[in-house]
Order: sequence, then C-alpha cells, then structure tokens
Amino acid sequence: MEFKTILFYAFSLTLILSGLRVITARNPVYAALSLVLAFFSAAGIWMLMKAEFLSIVLVLVYVGAVMVLFLFVVMMLDVNLEKLREGFWSYFPLAAVIGILMVAEISYVLIGSFGGNIEVPEASDHIGNTKALGLAIFTDYVFAFEVAAVILLLAIVSAVALTVRRRKDTKQIDPALAVRVKASDRIRVVKMQAEKSDSMNTGAEPGLREPGALVGTATVTSAQPK
Amino acid sequence: MTLSLNHFLVLGAIMFAISIIGIFLNRKNIIVLLMAIELMLLSVNINFIAFSYYLGDAAGQIFVFFILTVAAAEAAIGLAILVSLFRRLDTINVEDLDALKG
Repeated sequence: MEFKTILFYAFSLTLILSGLRVITARNPVYAALSLVLAFFSAAGIWMLMKAEFLSIVLVLVYVGAVMVLFLFVVMMLDVNLEKLREGFWSYFPLAAVIGILMVAEISYVLIGSFGGNIEVPEASDHIGNTKALGLAIFTDYVFAFEVAAVILLLAIVSAVALTVRRRKDTKQIDPALAVRVKASDRIRVVKMQAEKSDSMNTGAEPGLREPGALVGTATVTSAQPK
Repeated sequence: MTLSLNHFLVLGAIMFAISIIGIFLNRKNIIVLLMAIELMLLSVNINFIAFSYYLGDAAGQIFVFFILTVAAAEAAIGLAILVSLFRRLDTINVEDLDALKG
C-alpha cells in the first residue's frame, strides 16, 4: 500500500467522522468546530490531488473567514436546545436507510460511467496549480471572474444592509422626506385687516384696550396644514 | 492498491449523503442546516477536483474556485438573515418562522 493511499484513508476517515459529528452534535459550537476539522481534512485530500492552491484557499477563505463568521454567530445566539432536538432520534433509522441508499446509487452511477481511471495525465510543463489556474481564469474565464467579484460585492452590501441598526436618539432627517415637503405644509398665510384702535386718537396708553374692542378679523387664505 | 477516481467519487457520495441526512435530522435548527449545506458544497468540490485531476482538465478546479466564492457569499448573507431574524424573534427554530403564512 502506498503512502499516498494511507494518507487518503486517514484524511477521508477524519472527514467522514467529523461530518457525522457536525450533524449529530448537541451543542452548535461543537458542530461548527467539527466542520472546521472537516474542512482541514478536505484540504489535505485536495493537496493529495495536486490542487495545492485550492487547498490553501480552502483553509484561508473557508476556515479562516466563513467558519469564523459561523462561530461568531453561533456563540452570539442564545439557543434553546431542547426544543430544537425533539424528534431527532425518531428520524434516525429512516435517515440511515436513505443515506446508505443514496451512497449506493451515486457510487454505482458514477463509477459505472467514469470509473476505473488510475493513470493521471501528467502535466507536460509542470507549472503548478496556481499558475495553471491563473492562466485559465484570466484568459478563458475572465467574465466569470468579474461576475464572482460582483457577487462578493453584493454579499457585502446585503449583509450590512440587513443588519445595520441606527441609533434612535439622533435628530437625523430622512432627505427624501425633507425634499417632499411643500411650503403649504409648514406655513399658513393669514390675512388680517389693519388694527383700528380708538385709544390712539384719544391719547390713552398704547396697549390698553377696552375689553371687547374689535382688534382685527383674521381670514384663513390657504389650505390646512397636514 | 493505488488510488483511483472511484475512491474520490465514493468519498464525495458519502459526504453528500451525510449532509442530506443532516438536513433530514436537523430540520428545526437553522444553524446546523447552514452547516449541512456547507458540507454538501464541500462534497461537490471534492468531486470536481477529482475529475479535474484524473481527466486532466483545469475547468474543474476553476469551477471549484467559483463555488468557494459563491458559497462564502451565501454563508455571509444567510448568517445576516439569521441574525436579524434572531433579533426580532429570539429563536432559531424553523417552526417559529411562520409569519408569511396566510
């Protein structure tokens, strides 16, 4: 048995066992940590297949960013585990049967169509995974590359837009509301006739009026404010 | 016995079935559902790289590159939705998300 085969079996055993732990763990933090172990094992398997750039990218991006994000969220949420796990073990026999059936079907179809390849076509110029990927992405698949960049931008903008919370005590005004205001909403022009006061002609003190004297009539000349 | 394509295909199939079982069993817990989807994407990636290695085509690995990108974006947005749901409802039980009904 070659060393490569031993490594493959070791990595895949770790991968399968940690995958099983992800779906059966009671505590979601343990599930997230088992998923991290699964990604590390998968990175080892990809490295065996000479995809070294992708295996390192898997560790950096997936484990280093996505799983850290998962762990943040899992640790932040205060979860009531009892209610979430009811009915778990009652579904287990059916799930096991379906799982074994799926593995059998998928393996049968794929091995029947593609199976048996043992020899690996040797890369003629030995340029390594990174350079080969770069040569292909930036020439044949550059449009997909740009679309992937837009998808990442979309993810950033939507993640922020979904979760941003504004302070409630700021006096900030929504500019759309401010622009929509009409003059008639804020000001009401009232027509008043000029004051006719007899006290001025008689020389009495200004400001003193007889009770009940008419001061002026007011007419409302514009629409009611909202 | 030397490694052949069959080994990797069976491994991919096992991981895919594990993630389907995970969705089946953890139907109420949104976080474990998201993690099972990550496992599913991982199994598909293993298949792609295995085919790319044994058939000599770089397209498989390029597809894996883009799957990693999209899966990271989807995990970020899914977790943002989860967090804002949790802020409102204080639960991550799928059965409590029934406000759109009727």
